[in-house]
Amino acid sequence: MTHNFTVSPDFNPGHISGWYIFNTWLQRTINEELHLELYNSASEQRKAIADDRVDLIYANPYDATALVRDKGFFPVARADNKTDEAIIAVNHESPILNVEQLTDGTRISSTDDPDVRMMCMIMLEPAGLNKSNTSTTQRDAYILIAKDLLKNDADVGFFLEETYNELSDMTKKQLRPIVHSQIHVIHHLLLVGPKLAHKKDDIQSSLLSMADDSKGVGVLKNLNFERWVAVEQEEAEFMIDLMDTLAE
Amino acid sequence: MKDMMPDNISGEYQEHLFSYHDGTQRKALFTNIETQLPEGRLIVSRTNTDGIIIDVNQPFIEMSAYHKDELIGQPHYILRHPDMPAAAFSDLWKMVQQRNKWHGYVKNLRKDGGFYWVYATVIANIRKGDITGFTSVRRRASRAKINEAEILYQTL
Ligand SMILES: Cc1cc2nc3c(=O)[nH]c(=O)nc-3n(C[C@H](O)[C@H](O)[C@H](O)COP(=O)(O)O)c2cc1C
Repeated sequence: MTHNFTVSPDFNPGHISGWYIFNTWLQRTINEELHLELYNSASEQRKAIADDRVDLIYANPYDATALVRDKGFFPVARADNKTDEAIIAVNHESPILNVEQLTDGTRISSTDDPDVRMMCMIMLEPAGLNKSNTSTTQRDAYILIAKDLLKNDADVGFFLEETYNELSDMTKKQLRPIVHSQIHVIHHLLLVGPKLAHKKDDIQSSLLSMADDSKGVGVLKNLNFERWVAVEQEEAEFMIDLMDTLAE
Repeated sequence: MKDMMPDNISGEYQEHLFSYHDGTQRKALFTNIETQLPEGRLIVSRTNTDGIIIDVNQPFIEMSAYHKDELIGQPHYILRHPDMPAAAFSDLWKMVQQRNKWHGYVKNLRKDGGFYWVYATVIANIRKGDITGFTSVRRRASRAKINEAEILYQTL
């Protein structure tokens, strides 16, 4: 039986081929057929999860919460030295220097990635801003958020820090971060669903030894990962509790 | 808990004698020097079911001005500020013991006698159906909300 693997759609599109390579490597290593299905938006992916069409997922922290608590997924691993942080940026010519200078009516450009949206809305709170006194344009890709800022179609843009850093130098030169989160304890997690649970230990040990073999190192490189580290149930539960405190 | 020591205090201070819920007392020293939580940072701690601190993150350590080993194993009231009404905390404990999320604006006392305001959330850690402890996450609050809380807390 083929199992479905997916990746939260908030990663840099430049890493798509890296995930296909990873999928091929993992199939061979654990001797199980895996089909990689990438969704264009968080909502499409959430629909697939709701329909039980996902067995293995590299999930953003927000989706990981629902998957572990409601869908019985098991945490397996996370990328070492990578935490999920968010950046709020403005056009480099904007007079806004910090969050507290923002006022009612601020125009936001954002993707529908729930964890980035949540972290950034929290970072707007010190200015007294919330859903009701801001307006949001939703975009499918971070590059479109940069465009909104460059054209002054938005006052602030919400970015996943990693994705912001991977924008071209040309683009970054025309933008300016006004705040970045320093949360440190929120990560994407690789999770195994109930239908693939029998392979959980296999998958985990394969991932943990990936950095030790030359093929594995190449695969990691394509994902821009140093190595995988194990995530036990309690570590995931701790992160989920933390996400819960942040959710509205 | 040991009384706060004048040697650790920066600036002019006042004294307050706390009587905590567990029957112990502590002399607290406090100044009116405020420290702002930098934008984008979250303060995280976990306690056991009795409110004893079992883990804190780096921003917690920096904002409280204590060393990590002065915090772990201590009751969370180590941060209690004299301006915080008891009613806020009895509401907190009631809510989280019923497994509800508690939110509120909290003024905390630093080791150096200064204070910082946060918007705090506390939830129960539920494992296999039981409460095993509590997690709190605090973030920077808007000045307008802090002003409202200050006025409200004087009346409680
Ligand atoms: C997870 C958690 C975090 C807490 N954080 C604080 C805090 O930051 N500051 C504080 O004064 N009390 C905090 N409390 C409440 C204290 O446990 C305590 O109730 C409060 O300081 C009042 O002290 P008292 O109940 O002994 O009078 C926290 C409680 C829990 C469960």
